[in-house]
Amino acid sequence: MFRLEVRNSTPTWFNLALPLVAIAATLVLCSGLIALAGAGVLESYGVMFTASLGDSYAITETLVRAAPMIFTGLAVAVAFRAKFWNIGAEGQLLAGAVASCFVGAIPMPGALAMLLMAIVGAAAGAAVALVPATLRVKFKVDDVVSSLLLNSVIYYALMALIEGPWKDSFSGYPISPPIEDSANFPVLVEGTRLHLGVIVALIAAPLIWFLIARTTLGFRIRVTGENPEAARYGGIPVERVLLSTALMSGALAGLAGVGEVGGVHFQVMSDISPGYGYSGIVVAMLARLNPLGVVPAAIFLAAVMTGAEAMSRATGVPAFLSDVIQGTALLAMLVALLFTAYRIRRVGAAR
Amino acid sequence: MSAVLEQIFQVGFLAAIIRIATPLAFATLGEMFSERAGVLNLGIEGIMLLCAMTGFTATSLSGSLWLGVLVAVLTGMLMGALHALFTVALGLSQHVCGIGVTLFSSGLAYFLYRLIFGQQSVPPAIKGFQTLPIPVLSDIPVLGPAVFNQFALVYMVIIAIPLAAFVLYRTPWGLSVRMVGENPRAADSAGVSVIATRFQAVILGGALMGLAGAFLSMAQFNAFTFGVVSGRGWVAIALVVFGRWDPWRSAGAALLFAFVDALQLRMQASGLGHIPYEAFLMLPFIFTIVAMAVMSRNAVAPSALLKPFRREER
Repeated sequence: MFRLEVRNSTPTWFNLALPLVAIAATLVLCSGLIALAGAGVLESYGVMFTASLGDSYAITETLVRAAPMIFTGLAVAVAFRAKFWNIGAEGQLLAGAVASCFVGAIPMPGALAMLLMAIVGAAAGAAVALVPATLRVKFKVDDVVSSLLLNSVIYYALMALIEGPWKDSFSGYPISPPIEDSANFPVLVEGTRLHLGVIVALIAAPLIWFLIARTTLGFRIRVTGENPEAARYGGIPVERVLLSTALMSGALAGLAGVGEVGGVHFQVMSDISPGYGYSGIVVAMLARLNPLGVVPAAIFLAAVMTGAEAMSRATGVPAFLSDVIQGTALLAMLVALLFTAYRIRRVGAAR
Repeated sequence: MSAVLEQIFQVGFLAAIIRIATPLAFATLGEMFSERAGVLNLGIEGIMLLCAMTGFTATSLSGSLWLGVLVAVLTGMLMGALHALFTVALGLSQHVCGIGVTLFSSGLAYFLYRLIFGQQSVPPAIKGFQTLPIPVLSDIPVLGPAVFNQFALVYMVIIAIPLAAFVLYRTPWGLSVRMVGENPRAADSAGVSVIATRFQAVILGGALMGLAGAFLSMAQFNAFTFGVVSGRGWVAIALVVFGRWDPWRSAGAALLFAFVDALQLRMQASGLGHIPYEAFLMLPFIFTIVAMAVMSRNAVAPSALLKPFRREER
């Protein structure tokens, strides 16, 4: 007989082992779909790997794809640490994209434009995230549902803009006017799309880690998340901490949108985010809410996305496999996390 | 102005409201059962999409509409069981699992659809449900052709609403559902199996989400496209809150939303384009968020919503 036992502590190697086990389980489970499509499993995963991480150009493409998910992953990780259930990174990203597109279209020196785009985009994301946080603090409104519903509000606002005042009167396409050329983020390696925003994302992760792990605000966020009663008893202004967390989380998600506008699309359209906000939840969970873990987790998802397109061309397996992998990885990770709370003990046989 | 109003409020308009409300009412009732038992199912958006796909595919391959509906319902029940396995049996966090179920099921729907039908320039279509006039009743002026000359699935939802209210408020099982959603500990002491009841409620909810998906791909659009659900699952989440977790109010909320949506479509068609139509589409979400803030003072949400139940932990 086996029995579940409550665990009091978890070994450090779990932090690395659990996501790897979850990813391995995901790839094994999804290999069934590859087989169903009549392709070789190892061959397909092989193509996926070489096309996303096999050479330096592929790696830059994967990093470009990873950047928005690093930001949304950080946004979710920070929020979930404080148990502010921000499911709204998608809407915050869109708000950041729209705001930065407004600013980027104004003629001004490039460096200033980029800086203002980042500030305004982050502020827009933060403002959106502040809504569910304020409703929770002031009116005890469930933040899961309110932050989720705001995604739809922001999405329709974006659609109203690009189908209304922003609509391209020449072509009639629902896309915003492009930002100024001088506001386009500089490309770091010639011949690639590796833009400034990617580096900012890679730097943001250790900064956020430092903030969470080593500063007073980070300590307050962690205590508020782990035990709000104790936090309140210890004199931590829990409500204020929640609002600060929301501002930070929303700003990070907004920056994801800024990067997409400034570095990738240079304008706003309806599908500017293929669900990067929701992918951020997958990234944050795979990272076990550790900001440093967000980077490899986002790169993994990005590699799956870029790799899936090449795999589809080479083997005929639909590229939508990457969406299935994302969902499966999240569910597998949640199950794997059970091992941090419980351990399986063999009982009975010896007695 | 009165000519415009006349053009807007006619039989076709009323019929359109009913048609728009039908999938929303199914989905809202499904989500409501799940939440009344204490389980938030954010998988709804993906489950509806997957069911729309499997139902469409079954009909397309077999030629039988009702077989398609059955397959959609079974798919919904299966995905409900999956969500319950994670959130009820394993006690994992409901909102994150729900997002996982939505990502997984929508990915699976796209994947399988592309695998079965390939990439076609014109999406394959089926001959969907036809309107089924009910003798005598459909002859009532205005109301008759709008309500009683509809698809069979519309009549099903009209029956499903009072049936859901009856099941929830007048049957022992309904009492169990409400108990495990309000106070699982007390339900457990009273001999009600919290785990089993929650499983049943989430699976029933999945079946209703399956009907919602089936209606979209087999009566409303007669095809499966990637945007076939396009946020209707999230609308249902809002409507459950707006309808205060009650079958009648939830169905009323679905009808109200359908009215706004139909009005928006008419205004777009009649060239009254002063207000962007997106403003109307935003309304249910904004109303719900405001309603949540107003209602929070007299908590009406099931008390145990989002809380996993583990018997051994006290």
